[in-house]
Amino acid sequence: MKELWELYMVFFRIGGLTFGGGLTMLPMLKYELVEKKQWVKEDNLLDYYAIGQCTPGIIAVNVATFVGYKRKGILGGISSTLGMISPSLIIVSILAIFLQQFMDNKIIGHALMGIKAVVCALMINTVITLAKKSFINAICIFIAFIVFGLAVFTPVPTILLVVAAGIAGIIIKKLEGE
Amino acid sequence: MHILLKLFIEFFQIGLFAIGGGPATLPFLMDLTEKYDWFTMEDLTNMIAISESTPGPIGINMATYAGFHAAGFPGGIVSTLSLVLPSVIIIFLIAKFLDNFEKNKTVKAVFYGVRPAVTGLIAAAVLGLMQAALYVETPEGSRLSIPLVILGIIMFGLMNSKKMKNLHPVIWIMAGAMAGIVFQL
Repeated sequence: MKELWELYMVFFRIGGLTFGGGLTMLPMLKYELVEKKQWVKEDNLLDYYAIGQCTPGIIAVNVATFVGYKRKGILGGISSTLGMISPSLIIVSILAIFLQQFMDNKIIGHALMGIKAVVCALMINTVITLAKKSFINAICIFIAFIVFGLAVFTPVPTILLVVAAGIAGIIIKKLEGE
Repeated sequence: MHILLKLFIEFFQIGLFAIGGGPATLPFLMDLTEKYDWFTMEDLTNMIAISESTPGPIGINMATYAGFHAAGFPGGIVSTLSLVLPSVIIIFLIAKFLDNFEKNKTVKAVFYGVRPAVTGLIAAAVLGLMQAALYVETPEGSRLSIPLVILGIIMFGLMNSKKMKNLHPVIWIMAGAMAGIVFQL
């Protein structure tokens, strides 16, 4: 029980003190899990990250689940997952209540308009970063553009496009004889 | 069907198919704006801003905010828990039964196709988001807001400039808020 609580608290701290998920969380995870608690070795943490990226869902949460499971089985996995998501639940809910009440305020309205423009710029940056990482050859670029076109111009559900791309990956690798 | 049950089903699906972390949930959230009246495309830009400026993984923050928008506090809890449930189950299975999962050939082949596809999906979602964010309603109908476009371009330029490349998104969001207030956007 004590160790489950400890798992919850460690991941609560990580979730509550890191802005942004994914790779931005790696230094914090390393500090807490490798250096402070010595629960995992650095190599293992990087392996968990690789697995977290190859499984559906939020990468940082996947790493938390994995570490928790390795330490204390299913209950450990649940504890660390809940720890990781609790700060978001609390903080975002409070902010949402706050924002709902001040939405009609004129100054907040102006601020939100400015924020909109920034969010667009930030998201374009995200797409560029992703493109740099995933455009490793002509086939990948081709897949990205086909999916982009289908998503913009047709009502094909997103889930279907993801599944089709996965199947395409298997077929391409088969044809390449790997 | 009860709204919490709907949230559970929708966010469970997102958790199962959003591959590539937080930003990958965006196209799915956009699908939801068409399917339900839980939140609008405009709300989505606020959600992204809030998620980037609060601690915690962005995908989790967005799910909490989206669920809250749809059904208050219980909605936030249900959507966040449903989002992580599929990956929790999958990771338990992988940890128990599969060694070297990430080095498996089929897994690698699947991701070979999925990775660029996710980039395409997110790019499409961002395009939709920009349409919603940069158009303003006027008495003559909706039209592209030139001041917002200019602000966006300036911000994009600044955040990619050598000196300010590594600044955290929160700082840009703050700057955007200030610009909005100062120029009465």
